[in-house]
Amino acid sequence: MKKLPGKFGTIAALLLVAGVVLIALGFFADKQRAFFNYIIMYSFIVSIAVGSLGIVALEYMTDAQWSTPFRRISEFLSFGIPFLLLLAIPIVFGIHDLYHWSHKEAVEADPILQGKAPYLNEGFFIIRLFAMIVLWLIFYILIIRNSEKQDETKEYKLLTRNVKISIGFAPVLMISLTITAIDLIMSLEPHWFSTIFGVYYFAGSAVAALSAMVFLSVSLKENGYLASELTDKQFHSMSTLLFGMNVFWAYIAFSQFLLIWYADIPEETFWLQHRIHGSWGVVSLALLFIHFVIPFLILLPGRMKENRLTLKTMAIWLLFAHFLDLYWLVMPNLNKESAFFSWNEIGSLLFIAGFFMLVFKFKADRTNLTPIGDPKLEQAVGLHLHPDISID
Amino acid sequence: MLKKLKEKFVEIDGDLRLEERSNEIYGVTAVFETPDAVIEAAKKVADSGYEKWDVNTPFPIHGMDDAMKLKPTKLGYATFTFGTIGALSALAMIAYMSGFDYKNIIGGKPFFALPPSIPITFELTILLAALFTIIFTLVVFNKLPKMNHPLMDTDYMRRVSSEAFGIFISAEDKKFNPDEVIGMLKSLGSSSVNLVYKFATDEDKIKTPIFKPAFLGILAGTAVLTAVLTYIILNYAIYTVPFDWMTNQPKLNPQKMSTLFADGFGMRTPVEGTVARGFKPYESYGKPDSLIRIISNPMPFTKEVFELGKKKYDTYCSPCHGNYGKADSRLNGQFPNPPTLHSDKIRNWKDANIYHVIVNGQNIMPSYAKQINENERWAIVHYIRALQRSQNALDSDIPVDGNKK
Ligand code: HEC
Repeated sequence: MKKLPGKFGTIAALLLVAGVVLIALGFFADKQRAFFNYIIMYSFIVSIAVGSLGIVALEYMTDAQWSTPFRRISEFLSFGIPFLLLLAIPIVFGIHDLYHWSHKEAVEADPILQGKAPYLNEGFFIIRLFAMIVLWLIFYILIIRNSEKQDETKEYKLLTRNVKISIGFAPVLMISLTITAIDLIMSLEPHWFSTIFGVYYFAGSAVAALSAMVFLSVSLKENGYLASELTDKQFHSMSTLLFGMNVFWAYIAFSQFLLIWYADIPEETFWLQHRIHGSWGVVSLALLFIHFVIPFLILLPGRMKENRLTLKTMAIWLLFAHFLDLYWLVMPNLNKESAFFSWNEIGSLLFIAGFFMLVFKFKADRTNLTPIGDPKLEQAVGLHLHPDISID
Repeated sequence: MLKKLKEKFVEIDGDLRLEERSNEIYGVTAVFETPDAVIEAAKKVADSGYEKWDVNTPFPIHGMDDAMKLKPTKLGYATFTFGTIGALSALAMIAYMSGFDYKNIIGGKPFFALPPSIPITFELTILLAALFTIIFTLVVFNKLPKMNHPLMDTDYMRRVSSEAFGIFISAEDKKFNPDEVIGMLKSLGSSSVNLVYKFATDEDKIKTPIFKPAFLGILAGTAVLTAVLTYIILNYAIYTVPFDWMTNQPKLNPQKMSTLFADGFGMRTPVEGTVARGFKPYESYGKPDSLIRIISNPMPFTKEVFELGKKKYDTYCSPCHGNYGKADSRLNGQFPNPPTLHSDKIRNWKDANIYHVIVNGQNIMPSYAKQINENERWAIVHYIRALQRSQNALDSDIPVDGNKK
């Protein structure tokens, strides 16, 4: 099995260091803004790490075969989960800079915040923040350990066991991502609420995690790291899934918008008002086109779904779109008047790239890039992509 | 009954068949036992240069397109076109219906707006894309309406539509030679190779069963049954316990007692001491004409004001005073005839006097103070003035260059 070049690790480390330096500088320049950026970065890393574990679970649950040769890519990315324990610590120190509801005086003067206080209070917030990570970690260990053990033992039992664990993980994933979205992002504006918000974040995360997987699969395949029998057909299935998830994101985003627009209740509309007026309006429109319209039109034709270059470009594009999405969710809470972007925001981008490259490299050096012990692999590679049927 | 049915079938090889076959060969079929075998065989057949042939399997097999050397399907373009037509016609439909044809204010929203149209546009896009792709393919590629096909009603079709995988090579193929084809398919590992013959009667001459009286009778019967059921359900069932939960729910009915509030009224009176916008108490209320405080009409002479005035006049005043104020309304004779509004009296009145009649009423004309707000009352006055002017135009109203036109 070919190993990733050492250069890959060096670049990753450089990106990571550059990111850390920029983020640190950001904290000296403008502490509050740096914390807001940190929330974007943390949510993005959760999207990819937890989303990837979700993709792995999805494969097990649906008994999908076509994706088995690529499963390790998502597995490696989900290795980001253990590091969340560290990455979450700064948020604890930033609660007062980030969250209006964490100020005692504000809550005392505000009956609405008082009503929400049993949920939105510092102690419970921190408990939830770490409880979610522990939950993900438990399922990460359960699923990935079985998958990796199968490389040696080739036991069929491990497959069925993982299917069961994955089914258990599905509701946990949905609820935990909902809680994460509400806590970290929605409570930045504690007076506002949207019941679809968790699904919205989940849909964006699914797009991001799939994009990361698509980009890595195509790149690895092009450089000969994956089985040579893999054909355009597998990439077609993969990009169809990505395409579908992106449409799902648009569907959810629109559902949220339509209901607020139609009901026209001031306690809901003000959130959109901030994002529709002035330069934020331009960002909102850009989000619509960058996240949905353009990728939709480009990925619609069947042939485009097999074109490796388009796939790679669109995967990176959609990763950026998810970043823009989080920026659009978080930043208007800091400055309602106008949008802004400068070096302060770039640090997190570099950090994210470096972080996941290192995570990937670390796992790739120690584990097979293809789950060679998985019984589904044989059917997945090559032409034998028909469902099992027994003739009797 | 069963015996009668049996007469219609023809017995061939101890099997009951629907149609009699001729001696003319339609093609050769071969059955394979596994998907792998049929894929391998399909590759060979494609390589041998046959053109009129097909593979029949009970489920789609990945990689078959490549094995058969099929070009990428162009069906996507058809679907895309139908989808686009769906999206555009949905938008056009909603824009016409809610923006022009039947304007209705819903929740204070614009008559036509994009956000609420998107769900319908979305549905219609999917509907047309899916439905027409299927109808289109059925008609164009399956050549519907077609009543039968030589491959139907064979052992081959029976097997490949449930548990086996088959290849069919048509006799119309240029390279077709029965012995050669049979030999090749056998050498590819087929478990059973068979000749298929054409129908004895010409395919086109088979009568369409759609016009059989039995079928038409069942169709008509179904239609009548559906109609009767619908009638009964919509007119009786939904008013009968226990299906009346929609009809009898706690809600407000006009002119009916309501159980919602203790006083039995559905409508609420405004909070005491409050005044609704545009309904300030009228200072000359109940006073005789001579004591009215004369104020001038505050509304500007704009097109919008006249249009508002016309609208309100047509709604509230025209039933008695007539569309042009000539006291010739459709109620003429059923109600004490009101005086014309073109009398010298009214023409010489101040605007405030007409306003006073609207708010106050006059003798048997009731007050319209509750229905029409201040601005609308003044707009009506403007409109009445315009009506009067139209009947008593001055020379100066004629445009100077009017004759030239
Ligand atoms: C129910 C029928 C009815 C409606 C509707 C009605 N009127 Fe009258 N109106 C009358 C009658 C009848 C009189 C004559 C009353 C009287 O005997 O003094 C009258 C009198 C008047 C007069 C005084 C005419 C005069 O010579 O003394 C004016 C001005 C007038 N109406 C304006 C209006 C306006 C403006 C409206 C619409 C807001 C309106 N009316 C709606 C029935 C109606």
